[in-house]
Amino acid sequence: MLTRRIIPCLDVQDGQTVKGVHFVNLRRVGDPVTLGQFYARQGADELVYLDITATVENRRAWVEMVQRVAQKINIPFTVGGGIRTIGDVEKMLQAGADKVSVNSAAVQEPALVNRMAREFGSQCIVIAIDARQEGGEWWVYTHGGRQRTFWRAIDWAREVTERGAGEILLTSMNHDGTRNGFALDITRQLAEMLPIPVIASGGAGRMEHFLKVFREGKADAALAASVFHFGHFTIPQLKQFLKMNGIEVRL
Amino acid sequence: MKVAILKYNAGNIYSVQLALNRLGYPAILTDEPQVLEAADKIIFPGVGEARSAMAYLQQRGLDAWLVQTRQPVLGICLGLQLLCEFSEENQTPGLGIFPVRVRRFPPKGKVPHMGWNTIGQLKGPLFNGISEGAYVYFVHSYYPELTPLTTARTEYLVPFSAAIERDNFFGVQFHPEKSGTVGEKILRNFLEL
Repeated sequence: MLTRRIIPCLDVQDGQTVKGVHFVNLRRVGDPVTLGQFYARQGADELVYLDITATVENRRAWVEMVQRVAQKINIPFTVGGGIRTIGDVEKMLQAGADKVSVNSAAVQEPALVNRMAREFGSQCIVIAIDARQEGGEWWVYTHGGRQRTFWRAIDWAREVTERGAGEILLTSMNHDGTRNGFALDITRQLAEMLPIPVIASGGAGRMEHFLKVFREGKADAALAASVFHFGHFTIPQLKQFLKMNGIEVRL
Repeated sequence: MKVAILKYNAGNIYSVQLALNRLGYPAILTDEPQVLEAADKIIFPGVGEARSAMAYLQQRGLDAWLVQTRQPVLGICLGLQLLCEFSEENQTPGLGIFPVRVRRFPPKGKVPHMGWNTIGQLKGPLFNGISEGAYVYFVHSYYPELTPLTTARTEYLVPFSAAIERDNFFGVQFHPEKSGTVGEKILRNFLEL
């Protein structure tokens, strides 16, 4: 049976350091490649690397990091942050990334999704949606959550799916950083409505939150950062817990 | 030992090369039949669209070379599908080495089939030391049907061939280069045939 996926997310500064890593059982804490290998060995199903600086000057360091990750990691990984053009996607895929995640650029120019899917295949185009609930409605935000758009999350998700997106990475800005659990309602709406997988992100704090987002939120995958980086629990512990509770996972 | 990766207009070829490097088998990328002829093992990878990939192979005479070779060939994902008789993806005739049709998943679930799934009813040298129910990584919208030549079976919406073997030809629908240690073992089994 197809399993639900557990995806650690690594926010990388200047292509060098993973932000917010607090456990110390690694020789080089914070090295994106070492940390990725560690998670892969622990049983992570995929990895996401986000370039949180994403400036022109840092682009070379970023590409070099993606190449190093591709050399060392034996599971699929997605890269995101600052991907705006067909050329950016090509560069990332050539550096060895399996998928790219696109956010603001797609909102600015929706036809970009069609072009990327046609050129590289839907399977490698992940559309990241940062959504915030206001007055009962989920709105799409861009530019790291600073700009509100006129898109409702549901409409935008449907739009990019029709344009050829292969997967949706949905982050609830209301839940992100709270450690109080994922946004179950919007995750479930998208997961049940769309013919493509939905990755839930934002709010993971306890193992029960993952169980809920799979059971009630119907997510295909769940992404988290700090719970893993802080060592609150490990991926094997989480997967054992999910399996005991009847969720199909890769052990 | 010389390992060659058949290079054509499909994605994911570089990932396969990196995986072979990790295993200690540096491989050359080539689309020249003479270079392939000199290799001991050929890997035919690929993520992409069947018809344009087939056209590329035909332009370079790679289709004719592939069907006559006696060296071990491992088709991965689209590589496997092109070794089959016919693909529903843009109604593309394949190389016909595996007498199998490649079909589109029915629209009763999410497509592509993307993620980790189990392989079972394992047969043949590719799966030496691999347990029944091992997990491997898949990304595909078309699947090869079951056949008496099936050496691994997976179920997603329908049961299908996760691996097929005939003479010197091997094919896997999943991505061993992205399937962690299980995938590495399967690649190693092929390289050590």
